[in-house]
Amino acid sequence: MSIVDKGLALALRSSTRLASSDVLDRLGVRQSVERGLFRATKGTTRAAAAAGRTFSAATKLTSPARQPRAADKGLFDLTPSEEQAMLCEAISDFAASAVRTAATEADDQSRTPDELLAQAAELGLGMLGIPEELGGVMAERSAVTAVLAAEALAHGDMGIAFAALAPGAVATAIGLWGDADQQAQYLPPFAGEIPPAAALALLEPRPIFDPLRPATKARRDGSDWVLSGTKSLVPRAAAGELFVVSADVPGSGPALFVIESGVEGLYTAPEPAMGLRAASTARLILEDVRVPTSAVLAEGDPSAYVECVQRARIAWCALAVGTGQAVLDYLIPYVKERSAFGEPIANRQAVAFAVADVGIELEGMRLTTWRAASRADQGKSFEREAALARTLCTHKGMKIGADGVQLLGGHGYVKEHPVERWYRDLRAAGLMEGALLA
Amino acid sequence: MINLETPRKLAPLAKQASQVASEVFRPISRKYDRAEHEYPKELDMFAALMDGKDAGAGNAGAGAAGVRRKDKADEESNRNGSNMATVLGVIELCYGDVGLTLTLPRQGLGNSAIASVANDEQLQRFAGKWAAMAITEPEAGSDSASIRTTAVLDGDEYVLNGEKIYVTSGSRAELIVVWASLDPSKGRAAIKSFVVPRDTPGMILERLEHKLGIRASDTANFRLEDCRIPKENLLGSPEIDTEKSFAGAMQTFDNTRPLVAGMAVGLARACIDETRKRLDEAGVTVDYTRPANVQHAAAARLLALEADYEAALLLTLQAAWMADNSKPNSLQASMAKAKAGRSCVDIALGCVELCGSVGYGEDSLLEKWARDAKILDIFEGTQQIQLLVVARQLLGKSSAELR
Repeated sequence: MSIVDKGLALALRSSTRLASSDVLDRLGVRQSVERGLFRATKGTTRAAAAAGRTFSAATKLTSPARQPRAADKGLFDLTPSEEQAMLCEAISDFAASAVRTAATEADDQSRTPDELLAQAAELGLGMLGIPEELGGVMAERSAVTAVLAAEALAHGDMGIAFAALAPGAVATAIGLWGDADQQAQYLPPFAGEIPPAAALALLEPRPIFDPLRPATKARRDGSDWVLSGTKSLVPRAAAGELFVVSADVPGSGPALFVIESGVEGLYTAPEPAMGLRAASTARLILEDVRVPTSAVLAEGDPSAYVECVQRARIAWCALAVGTGQAVLDYLIPYVKERSAFGEPIANRQAVAFAVADVGIELEGMRLTTWRAASRADQGKSFEREAALARTLCTHKGMKIGADGVQLLGGHGYVKEHPVERWYRDLRAAGLMEGALLA
Repeated sequence: MINLETPRKLAPLAKQASQVASEVFRPISRKYDRAEHEYPKELDMFAALMDGKDAGAGNAGAGAAGVRRKDKADEESNRNGSNMATVLGVIELCYGDVGLTLTLPRQGLGNSAIASVANDEQLQRFAGKWAAMAITEPEAGSDSASIRTTAVLDGDEYVLNGEKIYVTSGSRAELIVVWASLDPSKGRAAIKSFVVPRDTPGMILERLEHKLGIRASDTANFRLEDCRIPKENLLGSPEIDTEKSFAGAMQTFDNTRPLVAGMAVGLARACIDETRKRLDEAGVTVDYTRPANVQHAAAARLLALEADYEAALLLTLQAAWMADNSKPNSLQASMAKAKAGRSCVDIALGCVELCGSVGYGEDSLLEKWARDAKILDIFEGTQQIQLLVVARQLLGKSSAELR
């Protein structure tokens, strides 16, 4: 660690302590303090990862807590449960009243305001995957619920949804694959008032990246694991307190490792991208990061890792569906109001058919995503369904983004309308790996 | 609870239809593709079997009995009823052969119309008869509101005059459900459907078409010359109600379009399964866990085609499920038909391309399926008509505004 980095690490450590106190909120100065910090870190190309909170087990579990699955009635059904409907209604309200309105500025500032993240946390968005024993709110573990929630939130904004849902992915990973000790140590804070900033980092900066073949390596050294590699487009990495990172274990394949942000050798570097800017994406750099044996999830079982990759893809599909719906809902009034050659452009088949296609492909994306999630919930294999949803959401989702801009013409290309942002965001859904979990 | 799997209770029915597809249809698929206009007599025995089944609870047919809506739906409970059952049956049958499915005795679209809108007396009178559907005319295809065939009441009889083309199974069915206008000056509201026994004097079979595909299914052209039928053969109300009439006729489509979408889904899956097998033999397999772009281009292509198949399947099941649960489904029915119609053509042609000369040659059925596929994007409403329906619904436009 260079001296500069060390200094920054110290500065951040003290600032985090400051950040976790209520005083800032009482004085109403939190934002300005944070803006100062943002400026302080922006200039450097690379910084030590945030010095996060200490995770220690308050409750001991004798065995890992797992949320049960909902009972299967064996009937085809597209009606959400009452619980799901209520949750989605609350999220939709939030997405419309708070998320959509904050989206332009969040995109512009490359940052989602903390108040918004706190509100999202209050809705329980980060807690869907936490067993009740550890403070969770959902009786049943449901990928469908996660999908519906993500869809509703992304209707507000994909970048903000990404930022808000990112900690939940870490909680879900530990909920699904953590052992009793890992759960007791890490999960309770996620059910707390201010959940830790956390990220599930799988993606790496490489063309045709395959998450099943990460270049990040984990090697054994005595009773420790030593990890080296670089992760890409990690949401809110600079603020991150806890990471779950994929790394290849020579001889046994990729596995997930829990890494606390204070650890030596862990750095972040800003990585602003085409879209998803509200999530303050950054690289996460691991230079001989040393973690104990107990840091590996699911005992390094490769099938759990494959499941993680698939669940992440389903979650990205859900974001694409939510954003695609936002495009459609924006297009409909626009083409009906916009006039050319003496009548609304919606009266022309060239325009109307393009809108129809958005509607048709969007519905197909939604149903394939739901099917993959519902199979996961039923304990059925879902690799095929997740892959098909992914394929569809990659291609048709991007087409929807492109048509959204196209149908607004020049107006679509400028920032007065949100369609240019959705165009940038929708490109991500097909290339992102990890980071979210259904 | 959200669940998009085949309903457990309908799995035996789907299995049964799948056995018909593999044991009855596939072995004679190529034979009747070559012998166009020859009646597939093998179907008679099978149809008799089906009649017995229809009398019971199951229905694996092509849609004859399946699309009547319940008048009152239980608001609370989720139904997987006859629409779902029929769609699942059709998917499996068309996995075997679309042409043969279309010419299953007593399973015509006319039967669908009768089952959907006939009154109890008519249901009884036409029971057990094979009914075809005659809508299209030389000058009116997609624009079914402008048909010119007329029906004039004369005493206790309607007298029909006009010309009908593209009547599926028209030469094989016992009854033809004919769309005709009571008064062409009154537009679409005056269009009604009439059940015409094929042997009625004045119902003249002109010729059978030679087609690109679905050759096992005959396509007939008729001329109606002072063709007299009892006035009780009119389906629905004889009143010309500008609000309701044509909408009523069009409502049949809400139930039949998911069926045709199901046909496309079945054919698409046949193509994908066959191509998967052939690619596998050639050493190319799809790995669902890995990104498409790190796989063989042929595997990536098959994955993309299968994704479209999956969307078409689920849209189709959604439309049928909504019909079963008495939810308005015109939008979803047209979405399903549009997606399934275009996808099955893409998929079939893509599969032929992937398999090269093996797919193009007559040794495999892929080239036949690619020919069969195109009709599914045309009949029961072309792709363009489905897009119009979807666009009007999404945009809240009338047919006068969005033409």
